[in-house]
Amino acid sequence: MATVGPHLHFIKQGARLTPRSKHEGTGRELTMKTPQILTAILATAGFISGAAFAEPALIYDMGGKFDKSFNESAYTGAERFKAATGSGYREIELQSQAQREQAIRRFAEAGNNPVVMTGFAFGSALAKVAPEFPDTKFVIIDMVVDEPNVQSIVFKEHEGSFLVGYLAAETSESDVIGFVGGMDIPLIRRFACGYVQGAKAANPDVQVIQNMTGNEPTAWNDPVKGSELTKAQVAAGADVVYHAAGGTGVGVLQAAADAGILGIGVDANQNHLHPGAVLTSMIKRVDVAVEEAFTQGSNIEPGITVLGLAQDGVGYALDENNQSLISDDMQATIENLREQIIGGDIRVHDYVSDGSCPVS
Amino acid sequence: MTAIPRWADVILVPLLSLLLAFLLSGLVVLWIGENPLTALFIIVKGSVGSPYGWGYTLYYTTNFVFTGLAVAVAFHAKMFNIGGEGQATLGGLGAALVCLAVEWPHWLLAFPAAVIAAALFGAAWAAVPAYLQARRGSHIVITTIMFNFIAFALLVYLLVHVMKPPGQMAPESRPFPPGAHLPTAHEMLAWIGIPFSKSPPLNVSFLLALVACVLVWLLIWRTRLGYEIRAFGHSETAAVYAGISPVRIIMLSMLISGGLAGLMAVNTVAGEAERLLIDSVQGAGFVGIAVALMGRSHPIGVLCAAFLFGILYQGGAELEFEMPAVNREMIVVIQALVILFAGALDNMVRLPVERLFAMVRREAS
Amino acid sequence: MENAALARPSGVAPAIELRGICKSFGPVRANHDISLSIAPGTVHGIVGENGAGKSTLMSILYGFYRADAGEIRIHGQRTAIPNSQAAIRAGIGMVHQHFMLVHNFTVLENVVLGAEDGPLLAPALANARSLLTRLSEEYELSVDPDAIIENLSVGHQQRVEILKALFRQADILILDEPTGVLTPAEAKHLFRILRNLRDEGKCIILITHKLQEILQVTDTVSVMRQGEMTATVKTKDTSADKLAQMMVGRKVLLRVDKTQSNPGDIVLETRKLCVIDAHDVPRLKNVSLSVRRGEILGIAGVAGNGQTELLAAIGGMTPASGEIHIKGQKIRLSGSGADPRVRRQLGIAHVPEDRHRHALVMEFHAWENMVLGYHNHRSFRRGSWFMNTFVIRTDSMERMRSFDVRPLLPETIARSFSGGNQQKIVLAREFSRSPDLLIVGQPTRGVDIGAIEFIHQRIVDLRDAGVAVLLVSVELDEILSLADRVAVMFDGSIIGERDIKDTDENELGLLMAGIAGGPA
Repeated sequence: MATVGPHLHFIKQGARLTPRSKHEGTGRELTMKTPQILTAILATAGFISGAAFAEPALIYDMGGKFDKSFNESAYTGAERFKAATGSGYREIELQSQAQREQAIRRFAEAGNNPVVMTGFAFGSALAKVAPEFPDTKFVIIDMVVDEPNVQSIVFKEHEGSFLVGYLAAETSESDVIGFVGGMDIPLIRRFACGYVQGAKAANPDVQVIQNMTGNEPTAWNDPVKGSELTKAQVAAGADVVYHAAGGTGVGVLQAAADAGILGIGVDANQNHLHPGAVLTSMIKRVDVAVEEAFTQGSNIEPGITVLGLAQDGVGYALDENNQSLISDDMQATIENLREQIIGGDIRVHDYVSDGSCPVS
Repeated sequence: MTAIPRWADVILVPLLSLLLAFLLSGLVVLWIGENPLTALFIIVKGSVGSPYGWGYTLYYTTNFVFTGLAVAVAFHAKMFNIGGEGQATLGGLGAALVCLAVEWPHWLLAFPAAVIAAALFGAAWAAVPAYLQARRGSHIVITTIMFNFIAFALLVYLLVHVMKPPGQMAPESRPFPPGAHLPTAHEMLAWIGIPFSKSPPLNVSFLLALVACVLVWLLIWRTRLGYEIRAFGHSETAAVYAGISPVRIIMLSMLISGGLAGLMAVNTVAGEAERLLIDSVQGAGFVGIAVALMGRSHPIGVLCAAFLFGILYQGGAELEFEMPAVNREMIVVIQALVILFAGALDNMVRLPVERLFAMVRREAS
Repeated sequence: MENAALARPSGVAPAIELRGICKSFGPVRANHDISLSIAPGTVHGIVGENGAGKSTLMSILYGFYRADAGEIRIHGQRTAIPNSQAAIRAGIGMVHQHFMLVHNFTVLENVVLGAEDGPLLAPALANARSLLTRLSEEYELSVDPDAIIENLSVGHQQRVEILKALFRQADILILDEPTGVLTPAEAKHLFRILRNLRDEGKCIILITHKLQEILQVTDTVSVMRQGEMTATVKTKDTSADKLAQMMVGRKVLLRVDKTQSNPGDIVLETRKLCVIDAHDVPRLKNVSLSVRRGEILGIAGVAGNGQTELLAAIGGMTPASGEIHIKGQKIRLSGSGADPRVRRQLGIAHVPEDRHRHALVMEFHAWENMVLGYHNHRSFRRGSWFMNTFVIRTDSMERMRSFDVRPLLPETIARSFSGGNQQKIVLAREFSRSPDLLIVGQPTRGVDIGAIEFIHQRIVDLRDAGVAVLLVSVELDEILSLADRVAVMFDGSIIGERDIKDTDENELGLLMAGIAGGPA
């Protein structure tokens, strides 16, 4: 129960933080921000006079802060840091692709340290800006930027995806399961490849339908298309659909719930979005990464951190919303698999390592 | 005969429009529970309160000068070029292709090459709608808007399938060679011993924008072509009487317009990102319409309006940093309000002002 | 003459009565003290030159303009008509010269449009269908109610306009130049419809400048000239030549110092010149004429009989067929090389009829307008790209001074000058390039008396300097005082040509009315 434990803990704690509905969430957000006005004004004056605030800063990618997935997970981590330490942090949602550099520069210039950004798309911008601020520490998630003041955090998504893939194939009655990716990039192929490997391990005859939402960053935030792709997969017989598509995934899970099949969430625990209709979520502990980075502050060590099952960086979510969907036997099997992967008995192929997947 | 004096047309009406927009924006800020005056303070301080702010403000200004001039030139020929967005997208592609093509030894070579390529690509993108308007009567507004979509789709295709280095995830071209690096304001001011914030991407393109203002002024008010463009714009029938070919004027004015829009991308692509990104135009093509309307299609007016929008953009970004409750959607709402008032609702302010002047005049006489 | 006495039968209140209607646009008096009374069951014609004030009067009746003074009575009731809705309520229907129909709607939908009478379309449509059936029987107004407008002939479209008015229960129907777009057969049919409507007791006002139509269909007729209603008579008591005289009238005679002309070589010669407009309507039909050096050929005629197209064809602004010879050389009439720029190079100076639309860019400074069409001239260039604004300004100043343009400020916007001074700017530009041929349309339209004399004198001076002048004017006076020869245009053709010494206004008036071969 080692994996489930911390997850349950996180869920209890996160229940307050994870809004059940968007309206509720926004309302709470506003009231919570009111005391920050003063801080903001003070910070302005501080910025103008050049005084450095060592507050950490967080930059969300285009999907938006409340994508119920990747970025929201980062937000959750930041909020946890705030609750634990009582100190604040700065944040911004990108308005456009072209503002990445400005956002990074702006926080570095204002003395925020470390500056954390969520998403591979920051890679080139950070590679350019980081050398200009040697005294500032930067943290980038999902991408490796080789600079002396950058901590790169990447996840072994293929390991977590293997587990949910196994679960999907075992649960499927039609022996057809689906995968909906966001933007078609190697990172997402890594999710897909791990998923297929897990599924084939459970049932070599299972068929996996794979779709990518698009080629451009808007693919992260296109719930309508996500829903359409899911419906097409359902029509083709899929009865479990896994998404790795950020905000697009909201549409995937919705369509799955509407069609009476099971969805699988990603990044954050998305089981609560449609209780009983989400088989599980492949949790990627972006929240832990952000909280950790914030907590270490400017003392964070540069380098590359790889988080896999062994580090609890990825995993699957089990809570009261999907308890009825996963039997104790099944849970034991998955736990067993998890141990085997950690122990090296099962090697899950990483798509990114060679740009190909042995199974499909 | 003119309804209102020129100073009122040039200064009072835009100012009132702006005031109205700010008032409405203030209400929006108030509605989400923030202090509008604080917001205004952050906008002003953030945009012109520090070298850093100035750097970014003028960087955005550069974008808007080019797209504003583009709309203005076309407007003198009564062509409503809504396609600045697409033309700038293509301009960025042209600049990127040139910068990537050669291992440039020095920016003094790379810069003119990028400028020419950007202008040519932008002009080429404007040429098709212009031809359709001149020869087939297809409305330029419709065609240029359509071409924006085509340009964006083309760019995505090229970035994802052609220009993206293998193995890279983000749809971006590879970085330009170091020789294509355009000197930033920090570097240029350092030559003459003035320290300046090194963060902002303000670069030599800003000077090009100022030159473009002068050149457009010369074109419109001093050349024979400009004379013909204005004659055509004011009265097509009189232009035909004067032996001015409508086809020629539509084509040339749109080519120049597209070229200017294309130049905008030199600033963002070669000047800031130093690689081709998927969204290097940042909506400047549309802002250009408001800039040209507000600037009364005069280069000086365009420069002033572009600066104002530069403040608004940089200040808006600062607001987002400093006032987290004002999220990115709110910023867009505020910017859109200003564009709406300065551009589309010009007459809403103008009519009462005209009536006021008429009343005052009647009293006086 | 005998205004209110025309009500027929006596004792019944007139369908429409105007008393002292005045309307000015700035200094221009479009309507001055107009009184008129029309009985029900009458077809009343209003004739007059373009700009005589007919359209303004009808616009007042239909609520587009408000009269500055005067009152309107409908069936004896004083009625205010602030807008077209009020006009419709008062029972006034209007058939515009350019139809106001939605082209992709059916006849029925067009008839109902704006009078749906509730949120649901079906009742109004059913209502209209039965009405249409009834009307088409009563008045020969047959139109297929389900036909799409754009598939109908012009004559049928006009019937739809009439049906629209009748559907709104109009009993006063105004038709503005209704036959301009009709074939003769369609026009005849229209007149039958109008007579039927009259017999039903409707009051019909017909605005036209075609005198034959007035004589054919009206019961009474009013003549308008220069914003005033100069006469109202019973149609049976008048004739085409009387009407023509009343229309053209006779202004204060302006005498121009003019010596005997001394014609030289032929400069302009047209042979079977034809112009067909964008709607495939022939506007100019086989016009053959010639103008020699040192003479003024006047083109007289009621406006809209092809004079505009004649000027446009010679000036290179519209493609034409036939032949034009300039100084014995045949020139191109369509395609490349047939534009105003080339015509200017051939030595043709063109003062167009409509200076606001063609001759001037109203937003340009006077000095900029002073080179319009000549802006590529070598002396105005600086380098191959730039204009030599200094030379243009000084040159403009000189020309403006010699034409006594006031104010003498080249920086003034063209719009700010008075009509007379605007025209002087155009003339200064066109006269001063030593042309071989001057074509000039309505040189003194909207120009004050003082300027008229000045302009006339300059035209004669130009003739004396050996320039061939083709003068188009609807002012008979102007033709009589300036021209050496006069050709009268009617319906796109030249109906007669006279030496100025051998003719008078009576004969010309008849020719202008389309009556050829009158007393010579």
